[in-house]
Amino acid sequence: MLSLIPAALLAGLCLYGLFRGVEVYTVLTDGAAKGLQLIGKLLPGMVVLFSGIWLLRASGLPEALNAWIAPLLGTLGIPPETGLLLLIRPLSGSAAMAAASELMAKSGVDSYVGRCAAVMLGSSETTFYVLGLYYGAAGKKPARWVIPAALCADLACFVSSAWLCRVL
Amino acid sequence: MNAVLITLFVISTCWAVFTGHIPESGAAVMEGAEEAVRLCINISGAICLWSAAMELMERCGLSERLSSLLQPLLGRLFPESCRSKDARQALSENVSANLLGLGSAATPSGLRAARAMAACCPQELGLLVVMNTASLQLLPTTIASLRAGMGAASPFDILPAVWLSSLVSQAAGLGTAALLRRCSR
Repeated sequence: MLSLIPAALLAGLCLYGLFRGVEVYTVLTDGAAKGLQLIGKLLPGMVVLFSGIWLLRASGLPEALNAWIAPLLGTLGIPPETGLLLLIRPLSGSAAMAAASELMAKSGVDSYVGRCAAVMLGSSETTFYVLGLYYGAAGKKPARWVIPAALCADLACFVSSAWLCRVL
Repeated sequence: MNAVLITLFVISTCWAVFTGHIPESGAAVMEGAEEAVRLCINISGAICLWSAAMELMERCGLSERLSSLLQPLLGRLFPESCRSKDARQALSENVSANLLGLGSAATPSGLRAARAMAACCPQELGLLVVMNTASLQLLPTTIASLRAGMGAASPFDILPAVWLSSLVSQAAGLGTAALLRRCSR
């Protein structure tokens, strides 16, 4: 059923576009060109951060840290392999993408850990980047409760992702 | 960003030296860079396709439709800032663009709302930021593209889990915000 979503969505959008009098083909190719630009913008950062994440993995530090945080993650029901992803997710989107794709490559994209990584990544945002962006634009400092609430949301997201991937 | 990257490289290198993982780490830096390019190529087709779909959503006016549907709900969450028409509009544009996954449209309207709120109601600005730091996306196309690029059998089958998890995260964020606000008053 879910595999129908991409095709049905595209077909529906095309019909809706036709109905609204939009040049569907031209708009789609414009959008695809923007996607290409996005990749071009993403690539340099990804090269640098993937390199860093791979180095971190090879150094053996995550395993050493995991021994510390695994019991804590275990009580929350979060697979310990995703520890690095969780730590890095609020700080950098590209680094989180690197950590997630490393997990998917190693554990298998359709394995429990691989799916877990995808759901965690898909249902959270780069918290500190968003905080900086919005408060920078507003020219103010966040009220005291803002950062704890944002981090609480992240934690809830990780715990529920781990649980949902197990039951769904 | 700078700090993350520098910490990553310096700490990993030091740790690799201390624990004797030197040869692997030399290979790893280049493998990582290679993997980044391979992944970018693997996912670029899907990213372009979804970017095209997003463009169509935007030009069809789907975002505006959704944004007018959302206004009553947002009026409840942000009673003070919704008194000003500007802020209300920017706010609903931000939320609808977020829901549809139109990141490029979500940020400008979000920042416009943030500027409007900063003056009159900093409390509601906090709420808006918490909402934006927790995800709102209905179609996580980047993740689906990543999964497709990695060879997943059905890249979109994570959708229900992503939706529920986003909901939980939003509820936790807004709930904690409400609780802490009451405590700090």
